[in-house]
Order: sequence, then C-alpha cells, then structure tokens
Amino acid sequence: MSVTPTDVAQVAQLARLKIQDTALEDVTERFGRILDLVNELHNVDTHNVEPMSNPHDMTQRLRPDTVTETNQRAQLQSVSPAVEEGYFLVPKVID
Amino acid sequence: MSDASLSFASIAELSAMLETGEVSSVELTRHFCNRIDQYDGCINSFITRCEEQALASALAADQRRSSGDATPLTGIPIAHKDIFCTQGIKTSCASRMLDNFVPPYSATVVSKLDAVGTVTLGKVNMDEFAMGSSNETSFYGPVANPWDRTRVPGGSSGGSAAAVAAGLVPFATGTDTGGSIRQPASLCGITGLKPTYGRVSRLGIIAFASSLDQAGPMTRTAEDAAIVLSAMSGIDPGDSTSADVPVPDFRALLNADIRGLRIGVPQEYFNADLSVEVGDTIHAALAELEAAGAQLVDISLPHTHEGIATYYVIAPAEASANLSRYDGVRFGHRCDNPIDLNDLYERSRSEGFGDEVQRRILVGTYALSAGFYDAYFKKAQQVRRIIANDFKQAFEQVDIIAGPAAPGVAFKHGDKAADPLTMYMEDVYTLSVNLAGLPGMSIPAGFINGLPLGLQLIGKAFDEQTLLNTGHCFQQRTTWHRSQPDMTRLTA
Repeated sequence: MSVTPTDVAQVAQLARLKIQDTALEDVTERFGRILDLVNELHNVDTHNVEPMSNPHDMTQRLRPDTVTETNQRAQLQSVSPAVEEGYFLVPKVID
Repeated sequence: MSDASLSFASIAELSAMLETGEVSSVELTRHFCNRIDQYDGCINSFITRCEEQALASALAADQRRSSGDATPLTGIPIAHKDIFCTQGIKTSCASRMLDNFVPPYSATVVSKLDAVGTVTLGKVNMDEFAMGSSNETSFYGPVANPWDRTRVPGGSSGGSAAAVAAGLVPFATGTDTGGSIRQPASLCGITGLKPTYGRVSRLGIIAFASSLDQAGPMTRTAEDAAIVLSAMSGIDPGDSTSADVPVPDFRALLNADIRGLRIGVPQEYFNADLSVEVGDTIHAALAELEAAGAQLVDISLPHTHEGIATYYVIAPAEASANLSRYDGVRFGHRCDNPIDLNDLYERSRSEGFGDEVQRRILVGTYALSAGFYDAYFKKAQQVRRIIANDFKQAFEQVDIIAGPAAPGVAFKHGDKAADPLTMYMEDVYTLSVNLAGLPGMSIPAGFINGLPLGLQLIGKAFDEQTLLNTGHCFQQRTTWHRSQPDMTRLTA
C-alpha cells in the first residue's frame, strides 16, 4: 500500500502540523518507507488474539471522586504564553 | 582519596566516604561541578545547570548526615534527564516546544530522590521527546560519546549515559520506551536498568508512549542501580498505572551467587544481522556467567523481528495522542501573530517540534485514523500480546534471558541520522522488552576497537533482583565497568 502526498497532507492536517510544500515529497517518501516496515505486522496470524493495551493487563485504579487538590490556577498559568484574568488568550474564533 | 578517583567512584564508595567524613557533599558537589566546567564543552551532556541550588542541597545533606539521618544517597550528586519535571528548573524534553517551560511541580521520581537527599547538578540532554537512538534530535545539539567524541552516545538518554561515562556525575536518571536507557548504557559503557512497567511512577515524566515508558537508574555498577532503584520505585496515587507491588531493599538482597541460574539465550538475537565481533563479545560474557555456575539454555523468541513493526505503530500512536497537548495555548511554544486558532495550532506545533517528532506524530495519527485503526493499531496490539506470550513461554524454562543490548558499538555522528529506518534498528533487541513490560538491564561486557559494548539481561516482571544479582556477579568477576575513557584525548 503506497501513500501519496495528498494522503500525507491530510494526515498532517488531522495532526495539526503544517508541512511546507517543498518538503512534502520528502516527508511522503519517508512516511511510505515506515509504512512498508510496519506492514510486516500483516505477516503475523492474529486470529482470535486479544489486543494488549497494558503489558500486565492491569486495569487502572479508580479513586473516590472527591477534591484532592487546592486551586493552583495562578501557579499553573505562570507558564502560559498569554493569559488574562485567569483565561487563556487565543486568536478570535467567532466574529 | 584523590580528585581523580572521586570522579569514577561508585555511589556505594562515595556514600561510604561521606559516612566516614572523608569527603563532604559540598566537596563532592564542587568536584563534579568543576568536572562539568572542564569537560562538558566537548560532550554537551547538560542542557541546564543549577550549581547554586546544588550547593544549598549539598549543605543541607551534610547537616542531615551529621544529625545521623542519612540514607546511602544523601549528599550524592545526580543529574536528571530533561524529561523529568523539576519544579522551578527548566524542563525542555530537548525540544524547542518546551524551551520556555519551567514546571510548577516535580516528577515523583525527582521528589523521591530529593527526599533521600540527592543533590541535583542539572538537567541532561536527550533526543527530542525521547524519540531517537543517537541523541542527535535534540534542540540543544548532539551529545558526544566520551569514548570517542566523533561518535554518538546512543539515545534517547544519551546525555545521562555520557555524563556518567565521563565522570561528570556518579549517576543519572533515564527513561526507556524502546531501549532508551539500555542502548546508550551499552554505547557508553555504563550500567542501565529499565525496571518493570509500573515499578516506577510516571507522574511528571513528560509522556512519550504511556504503555511503554519507564524510568530507571543509569549508574556505574549493578550495586548502585540496586541502591537507586529502591529509592525511585513504588506505587504512586498520582500514576494509576504504577504497580501495587512491594519494593524490596534491592541492595540488601544482592546475592552474587548465581549457581544454578538458568539463562536463556534467544537464537533470534544472534542472527546474521549481528556482527561477528558483537556476537563474540556477548558469547564471552555469557561464558563468564556460565563459569560462575549459571546454565545457558537455548531458547526462541520467534517474533523478535516483528517487534520492530509492532513498536513503530504503538509508540507513535500513543505519542501522537500524548503530544496533542502541545497546542500553543496553555504552555510551551506559541508562534508569532497567529491569524486564527488553526494557524496558532499548526504553526506552533510545526515550529516547536523537530523532524523526527513530527514524523512519529504523522505515523501515529495515520495508525489511529478512521479506516486504519484495525489494520494498524489494533493489529499491533494483537502482535504485542503474541510477543509478550513468547517471553512468558521462555520464562517457563529459564530465570533470565541474555543477549546483546544493541546491534553494534557507538556509530559516527550523522551515520544513521539521514535514514530513520536504519536508526530504528538500533532498538531491535530492546523494544520487545518494553512491549512485554519486563525489566531489562545493560551492563558493560567488553570493548570492540576501544568502544564499549553492553550485555543485556531481561527478567521476569517485577524480578529486577535477579537481574541485579546477575549483573553484580558479573561485575565481581570482570572489570569492564571500571574502564574509564581517556579524558585527555577527549579534549585534545
């Protein structure tokens, strides 16, 4: 299965990455070779094999749904690129 | 003790010297800071240094020791891989994306090591977001291998490995998603242990692939790894995948008597891809363990090769999800003058991430996208179970598994960087261990043309003790782990 520059551009759009037009051919070529590598998966018979998402098949522990932390908004927003009165500032979304 | 012998002393030795008062933590801290001043210009292992804070911690550690409240690690200098969040100290993950990130909290591993009194000298270099096997994808430039500065230290924990190998710090933390502790440990001639998945909390470790990531010690000796592992490990309410398994005092239980130990030797690790020199060195190391009373057993891990394909679906898929948080809104790099929200996302991410990180995000996004999920992500998770079952079957016959940690010794800068696929093969012997969630360790096993090579030991889940015992036994009988690079040649 080969991928086209159009496919890669679409995946990039899904991933919110901007690939320069001049780089697209090169990115597509490498992407295609990685796909060739991972396509070796299809040589393995996985009929009736349960997918493994955790190496110990552990399920995640739950804790009681109670407040455990105090408000640290100011501290957490100290590393933010643009904030005002506790809000994150972004470009205007709705005119 | 002379200054020179301090540089390459083990934690156990330094700890004994601190205890007798032969040296103070402040003296040790000054000594290693001077070493970094002297040599790191050639190595580039440190991204951020914090000498002032280190001296304050060292003073506190000396006071703690004099009040009789010390642990073996109290007052020992350490460097943290720059993937561990350190409150108030820049944590970049070697990415432009986080070049301005000063975490408001510390990773559990950092807090635990702070609590026993280690002295943080700084944050060390790595491949960007831990994606790489040569430390060449760092935003802060490549790291040189102390054994030959024209060569790579391995990756992704390349700064940690190089700093320990060059005697700039007695030990460092690392993380290992597909081999990122063991492969650089092999290439730099140090001891590196990736614990069982769940043994060490992942809270505050910048996530790459959450079902594979695990932090561990990078040290000179197996004994030191035992000391550090006990201090790093344990269940953490802040990481729901951390395991509720008791943490032994690994050092107290160290037992170098490995008579009767059954060591599995997987035939797939010694196929045509492995060079004759590497094969010979590893076989000689195995013969040493056999001479110590272990029994070598031929085993098979039939899906070793398919591990690469499996890993390069699962790791990028999990990475693409984890790295979606870097959107230029709440923290990290933000592009200048965004036109609209989408432009803000796309330009912030494309400017902030390097090529390899973007490549893996693309592959992961593809593998998780509608229409391909079953063919790639689900399929990879199924093969992952088959690989884990291969290990399970092997461990019915043997106590541990041994083989090479990497296909070769350190390679030249630039040799593999142009071709991602060639680089991916560096982890062929290590990544299936992450897929199966097992502990793995690399210990110095010999030299080829003056460059170190590691023996990899793989254990049953939560049986790090047997790895440490085997490593300790090997290090009682050999001196490879005591070899030091020629620092005059390094700076020449």
